[in-house]
Amino acid sequence: MSGTTTTTEAPAPAEAPQEGMAGGMEGHEAPAEGHTTAEGGHKVFPPLDSSTFPSQILWLAVFFSLLYLLMSKLVLPRIEAILKKRHDHIQGDIATAQRLQKDTQAAIAAYEKELADAKARAHGIAEETRGRLQAETDAERHALEASLAKKVAAAEGKINTARDKAMAQVHDVAADSAIAIVEKLTGAKVSKAAALKASGGKA
Amino acid sequence: MANDPIHQFQIHDLTDKFHIGGYEFSFTNSALFMGATVLTITGFLLLAARKAELVPGKTQSVGELWYEMVHNMVRQVLGPEGKKFFPLVFSLFSFVLVANMLGMFPYFFTVTSQVVVTATLAVFVIVLVVLVGIWKHGLSWFKKLFIPHGVPLVILPFISLIEIISFLSRPVSLGLRLFGNMLAGHIVLKVFAGFVVSLGALGLGGMLGAIAPMFMAVALTALEFLVAFLQAFVFAILTCVYLNDALHPGH
Repeated sequence: MSGTTTTTEAPAPAEAPQEGMAGGMEGHEAPAEGHTTAEGGHKVFPPLDSSTFPSQILWLAVFFSLLYLLMSKLVLPRIEAILKKRHDHIQGDIATAQRLQKDTQAAIAAYEKELADAKARAHGIAEETRGRLQAETDAERHALEASLAKKVAAAEGKINTARDKAMAQVHDVAADSAIAIVEKLTGAKVSKAAALKASGGKA
Repeated sequence: MANDPIHQFQIHDLTDKFHIGGYEFSFTNSALFMGATVLTITGFLLLAARKAELVPGKTQSVGELWYEMVHNMVRQVLGPEGKKFFPLVFSLFSFVLVANMLGMFPYFFTVTSQVVVTATLAVFVIVLVVLVGIWKHGLSWFKKLFIPHGVPLVILPFISLIEIISFLSRPVSLGLRLFGNMLAGHIVLKVFAGFVVSLGALGLGGMLGAIAPMFMAVALTALEFLVAFLQAFVFAILTCVYLNDALHPGH
């Protein structure tokens, strides 16, 4: 449609400068004119030659319409698809990366929680074990102390009785010695009881 | 003849003429290069999108860069509403860019150096802008466009006049800018290249004298590649700006 509208409009502005411009060109190129006369009677400046306008407009309309159709239906959708594919791919990759990062952070958090739990549990077990061992040790020590105390007491008793017995024998021996000494010196007989009494022992 | 800088813009018939509705038509070298432009764009972009790799190769990178540059332009200027104009802006940009670039090859015809081609594209854009404006906002679109808000009543006629002139000059500037740049660039390039050949034919002194214009021609070639891209970019971004006026009038 644009072709028909322009056929009436396009030549109008072109017509005016046609004479002036063509004249100017010819004047300017005067020295070269000698060679170009062989070209043959082209008085009109070619780009402004209105006899070529209808054909050019027709073919421009044909080829530009063809170009528009090819671009809009065939070429541009293809390139758009490529760019969209890449865009989607990049977006997908970013999403995956973000998801993986989230997963990693969750895993780290879970690991740290697990570690803290395990530490707490280990601490509990250690505490408990230490308490239990402490109690056991204490009990053993008490038992040992008790048995040792018993043994000490028994030993002390034995020592006491042994000492008493020894002391008694000492007195006996002393009394006997006293009797013997007195008899030898004085010839007097001293009773055992008196001798025991004199030596401080028990009768 | 080889030195004539105008010769490169000559239109030749490649087939017999035929008539439709009183107008004379023929398949010309201009039409051939329009076809070559379409073929180059489609071929290259299909090649770029062929493997559809996740990590793009060189060709695919260029295709994606091309797509994303126009896509970003449309999105930034037109906003999310502009999505349906993206194929059109992309086609316009690609057509102008590749037509300009093909024109940089020696002996190739430059489609965009034909005023009728650029004018047709420009008028097509402006007609589209007007249709979209009326379709979106009704006839009050013109009111919104030509009578801005918050302008004192005293200077309103002048502002409206300026707005109307600016609106009417859009197709002219849009079409003539591209045409003028391509035409002038190719003529200048050809003139300097012609100097080199003419001077070189004069013998040793001429060859020495040809060094300067040769470097000039090389530098101009680089400049013309820049202009070829820049004009395509300007055409596309102005199309976006004008379409933005249609979608969101009242700046």
